Amino acid sequence: MAKMMYRDAVLSTLFEEMERDESIVVLGEDVVGGMGTPGGPEAIGGIWSTSTGLFGKFGAGRVIDTPISESAIVGAAGGLALTGKRPVAELMFADFIGVSLDQIWNQIAKFRYMFGGKTRCPAVIRMAYGAGYNAAAQHSQSVHHILTGMPGLKVVMPSTPEDVKGLLRTALRGDDPVIFLEHKALYGIEGEVPEGDYTIPFAHARQVRAGQDVTIVATGMMVGIAEVAADALAEEGIGCDLIDPRTTSPLDEEAILDSVEFTGRLVVVDEAPPRCNLATDICAIVAEKAFASLKAPPQMVTAPHSPIPFARELESAYIPSSDAVEAAVRKVLNYR
Amino acid sequence: MQLSREELVQAFSRMCTIRAFEERLHDEIATGEIAGFTHLYCGQEAVAVGVCDHLDNNDKIVSTHRGHGHCLAKGCDVTDMMKEIWGSSEGLCKGRGGSMHIADADKGMLGANGIVGAGAPIAVGAALSLKLDGKGKVAITFSGDGACNQGTTFEAMNMAVVTKAPCIFVFENNHYSEHTGFEYAVGTNKDIASRAEAFGMKVWRGDGCDFTSVYETMREVLEYVRAGNGPAAVEFDTERFYGHFEGDPQRYRGKGELDRIRETRDCLKIFRAQVTGAKLLDDKELDEIQKAAIASVDDAVEASRAAARPTAADVTNDVYIEY
Repeated sequence: MAKMMYRDAVLSTLFEEMERDESIVVLGEDVVGGMGTPGGPEAIGGIWSTSTGLFGKFGAGRVIDTPISESAIVGAAGGLALTGKRPVAELMFADFIGVSLDQIWNQIAKFRYMFGGKTRCPAVIRMAYGAGYNAAAQHSQSVHHILTGMPGLKVVMPSTPEDVKGLLRTALRGDDPVIFLEHKALYGIEGEVPEGDYTIPFAHARQVRAGQDVTIVATGMMVGIAEVAADALAEEGIGCDLIDPRTTSPLDEEAILDSVEFTGRLVVVDEAPPRCNLATDICAIVAEKAFASLKAPPQMVTAPHSPIPFARELESAYIPSSDAVEAAVRKVLNYR
Repeated sequence: MQLSREELVQAFSRMCTIRAFEERLHDEIATGEIAGFTHLYCGQEAVAVGVCDHLDNNDKIVSTHRGHGHCLAKGCDVTDMMKEIWGSSEGLCKGRGGSMHIADADKGMLGANGIVGAGAPIAVGAALSLKLDGKGKVAITFSGDGACNQGTTFEAMNMAVVTKAPCIFVFENNHYSEHTGFEYAVGTNKDIASRAEAFGMKVWRGDGCDFTSVYETMREVLEYVRAGNGPAAVEFDTERFYGHFEGDPQRYRGKGELDRIRETRDCLKIFRAQVTGAKLLDDKELDEIQKAAIASVDDAVEASRAAARPTAADVTNDVYIEY
């Protein structure tokens, strides 16, 4: 095991996989950075430092710096994927799916199906998402709930450097389109990463904390927030079974249902607004398939039904907090 | 005309097949036997054939909602296509795509597309892929005068120029974006080619109702792009004989317009006049080719009527390779 930052886990995986498989092509805005400037290529190397050095190693054919044209970036990834390449397209901010959604939703997600199962579209679309940077309403959103509902896409949201590496390898070695969501507030976190060529399968949840009283489901940055709550509650003898599904499509329903059947209580934490999100989805699945196990109504801890505000106080109030998770756990425990 | 006799026969045969395919669909759709939305390519045959006759299976094309002609010109099987439009599980896309989503990757046909303007970025990606392969192959995107107004087309043109992608933007100007005239919807005083030129591409213009014009223009365009000069664009002036979709009452047409374009702008008539005038092929030979094309479409329809139907169990197949 070695310590590694979340962002370095992205970069080193891209580097290793590009060395292993020459069909992998990276494209996006500023993935090289500095093109056409006095500073020259790689003056930046990607604003998240997740592509630094790739251009120098693999060249302009495989590391394509694009204009600010998100539709063309995702569309080009589709064309590359249909012709035998494995493109990794970077959308600098997940919010920019707004300008490229047709290519994500109507094109790459559907090619294989529409074309009768005769094509492969192994495109990986990486994007930085999430709040915590005071980047306001158009640079802070969580989009997993929007994309999870789209048949044909797989949606991955790693919460640790170890998961970044194992899940990105799986994405790059699979043959279906994958949305790879990297939480921007997690880029700087450090974690232990196993040595060697490990992969983590999709639809394979991670049990973050084991406990017998309440099941908590959380993804991305919400995992850490739920961990803080779970640890505080553990000091009072309340055991939380904290589950990180890691992929929202496909979803490891079994891990969630097994846990709820054991604990009888459910809290889902979601950074998305409250309607039609991952929390509502998981609560619906549990209501349908494990209703008899429930000892209390499931609780959803989500962002409010509002755009993401700018001011520090406002953004802090927007993001689901450990206190809110703790309160939700107490609520399900104290029901009746 | 520099084409050999065989090449001329093949070109006429392909144009006639597209015409027969579309005319037959026009009749069949009216009876209600075929489901969904269909957009016919009649009138534009010379463009698809004049472009695709230069290509092999390793060159890629991306098509439009009006895509049957491009598919047939690129070598998709007539019967498999007809079965697809009939919704049969034996269709080219197992009945999942239908008229607007016919694709055959083995033939280098990367899909018709129901979204106007969506094809251009995909073609740029295919072109970048081919550039990386370094074998002089190209990707071609067909767009109409409607798609030339989509931002995706602009993004794709710029990205192709920036990345020197071997991508060719073929604009088929049939003067109608759906039910709206070119004069109104395209805010350039001149044409589509000049717009493409403004993005930094070398451009060509040709007569899309004249196979020779299309074919000879594309010879130059392809030579330029295959030589590694980056992307290019070409605008072909052409005609749409039917409405935007089948069932379109076409109230926007001028008096006598449809009769006039069928009389003076029919690529099959123009081709016939050229080759008989130059004594390259005679009317009898051309009639035989036309008859054979109609017969192949008749056979395709018959086969489609008898073809297997998909079942409910097929609905969720091929959403993923692995899930």
